[in-house]
This record gives sequence, C-alpha cells and structure tokens, in this order.
Amino acid sequence: MANRVRLDQILESLEVTNTLEGLQEIIERVRDLFAIDHMMYHWVDSAGDHYYFGTYSQAWIDQYQDKNYVRVDPVIAGCFQRFHPVDWKRLDWSGKPARAFLDDALEHGVGNQGYSVPIRGPNGQFALFTTSHNCSDEAWEKFTEKRSRDLILMAHFFNRKALEFETERAPEQSRALSPREIDAMTLLAMGHSRAQVAETLEISEHTLRVYIESSRHKLGAQNTTHAIAQAMARGLIVV
Amino acid sequence: MLRYIYATDLHKFSDLANSMFKDRADQFKTRLGWAVNVDENGEERDQYDHLNPLYVIWEEADGSHGGSMRFLPTTGPVMVNDVFSNLNGGTHICSPLIWECTRFCLSRKASSHVAGALTLGGTEIMRNFSVEHLTGVFDHRMIRIYRSLGFSPEVIGSIGEGRDRISLGLWEYSREIYLNVAQRAGITPEQSQMWFDRSFGMSAEQPMAMSA
Repeated sequence: MANRVRLDQILESLEVTNTLEGLQEIIERVRDLFAIDHMMYHWVDSAGDHYYFGTYSQAWIDQYQDKNYVRVDPVIAGCFQRFHPVDWKRLDWSGKPARAFLDDALEHGVGNQGYSVPIRGPNGQFALFTTSHNCSDEAWEKFTEKRSRDLILMAHFFNRKALEFETERAPEQSRALSPREIDAMTLLAMGHSRAQVAETLEISEHTLRVYIESSRHKLGAQNTTHAIAQAMARGLIVV
Repeated sequence: MLRYIYATDLHKFSDLANSMFKDRADQFKTRLGWAVNVDENGEERDQYDHLNPLYVIWEEADGSHGGSMRFLPTTGPVMVNDVFSNLNGGTHICSPLIWECTRFCLSRKASSHVAGALTLGGTEIMRNFSVEHLTGVFDHRMIRIYRSLGFSPEVIGSIGEGRDRISLGLWEYSREIYLNVAQRAGITPEQSQMWFDRSFGMSAEQPMAMSA
C-alpha cells in the first residue's frame, strides 16, 4: 500500500516533467521502488532516431552502440512489431552471436532476467520499456506475476511523455476526457459510489467501468483514486 | 492445435493463412452477407489485417484453418473506436490492458470443439500477457454461444433490432473464467499452455537461468 502511494507520487512527478534529465531521475526512482537492478526506456521514432533513458551503465550503452548489438539482441528481434510483453526467457538465445551478446551484457551488469514491453506508437514510432534483474527463475516469475500490470502501465506512461518531446504533436488533445468521462470522474470525485454514478448517468456499471478505465489511461494514472486526483489537479473536473 | 501468429509471420504458415482468409470470405460475405472486401483469390482482408495484428488460429490435422480470431491493442487503431464508437456514447476505449478481438471465424468443416478452443486461446492471451479485458462488437445471436463457451461479455451498448442487433461487449479475465473455459473446451490448461509456449517460445529451454 505504501508502495502504491509512492508510485502515485512518482507518476505525478512524471506528469510535470519536461526534460530528459527529469525522466532519467524518475525512472531511477521507479527502479528503486520496484527494488530491481535495471529499468530502461528506449525509443526509435519514425525518422529512425534513438532516444533512451534508464539505469544501464554508460559503458554498456557505449558497448551496445559500438558493437551494433541492435542487430543481434534477441530482445529487439522478439519485440519489434509486437505488442505483447516479453519475458526474456521466451526469446531465442541459442545462436552464437546471441550467446556472445548475452555474456557481454551480463559482464556489464545487465540482469540474467528481463521483461520488456514493446509499444507501437503513432507514425511508426517504436518503443521498448525493459526491466532487468539478477535472480533465480522462481523469484523472477514471482516478480513479473505481481508487477506485470504496473510495468505495462509504466511503459505507456513513459512513452506518452517521450512523445510529448516530438514537436509537431499536440498530446493534450488526445488526452482530453470525453463529456461522459468528465461526468463519471466528477461524480466519483464527489464521493459517489460506482452504483450511484451509474444510476445518475443512466448507464450500467459495466459501461462506467470502461469510462473509468479510459480516463485512467488518458490521465496517466495507476488507479481510479489517482485518476481523480490527476483530473482535479489538471482542472479537467471541478468539484 | 492452436497457433498464435502475428501477421508478419503468416508467410511461414501460408496454407493455414490462405485458408483462414478464404474461410473469412465464406463466413462474412457468403454466409452473413457483410459488405467486406474479397480479393481475386477469394480471400477477405480489411485494413486491420495490415496493422500486424495477432491471430489465434485453430489448425486442423491436415494443416488447414478450422477457426480464428484477430487481436489488436486498443492503444492503436481498432474497430470499436474507428467504426463503432456510437455503441459507447462516442467514448474511445483506449488502454494497454484492453485488447480488441475481431473476425471470430469458424470454417464450415470445423468440428464443434473449435469455438471452445479459440475462446480458450483468447483467455490464454489474457492470462499470459496481463490483458484485463477484451472488447469487441458482436451479433446479438452470439450471446447464447458465448454463454455456452463459458465466456460471457458485459454488454456496453447495443443498436438495431431483431436480427440486425449488434452489441459492444467487454470480457473480463479471471482465473475462474479461464478454468471454466478450458473445461468447457475439453482442453487441459497444461495442453493450452503448451500450444501457447510453442508459439511464443518456451521458457524451459533457455540459457538464462543462473544455475545453467
């Protein structure tokens, strides 16, 4: 529960960040909160330019670029053009170049375990959010089982923030709440129960659930409470 | 067996893929009379097939298509938002935790267990990829079928009357539902996971374990 609150606070910092340094600081805080070795966000835009932030050592990032590891990295091959989260154990590490790459990665402090969330953004944008750690298979399975939802959401929050760095985009527009979503969030903020809100809006609780979920995603929030706080903070709803 | 194949990998299963697109033409154009595009080879495709969706396909013993469906995450272009948002009061469904399922198709020669197997494939995706909900638009007559498969949707909105009635549904994942779907499909969770692992890579054979 304490972790949940701290994650909400971190997401609020993420909301107001507009520098790469800010993102770097936030990804380090998330990494610390999840108590794992590494978190990396990596983005290739439509023009083929790369951006990244995260906790891998500079030595490894340099090595990766020098050796052009993007060509042999099974994580890239297994995530590009995909949209499902990928546990590194499911990838094909059997080839000689992949094994050599893995040895080098381990030597540079990358974990033996990993979980990567690929994202397909607009206009051919491709991003990857990776979590990596050194531990047993059992411990890793426990971690991913418990945290996969959070990791998927974090991936999309970081990606949305990164997209704001692209100049031509107007991110706020795509994140505006629809009138029905505003109604739902306002009533929830006033302390009504879901049943009451559904009744007031003359919709089913199931429909309400969709409005809440889409609002939560637009607001970059972890849960309903946080979404309401975000909507109020941004002046989208007035209570 | 069930196969999970992204569009970019369909060329590795060309007979299976071709018979899938032909069966889709047969189901959606010939039988249901939908205004879908069928090419000169008798195959039905729409613009979402070009967005590299993930297909779940039942492969018959002879390698041909027995049934299939198609998945895309609602964070990108999907039919529920592009075509059917009127079923949801104009609100777009957009979440990495909600995927859209479309083009649920059964071959004419498919045996009665194929629909159950495909449904299990849908819940297997949810279970392994932390997808909390599926969404999709369906013909009203499907409600009874979904119930028999153990996977009933919550109806978000409907339009039309009688035979023309269509609805927007939301399917929620739970372990209980998954086990129930597997039981009705007559397929063990172990078997299902094995098919899944065959498509997405098997964790056991990998060299990542520290003990290795």
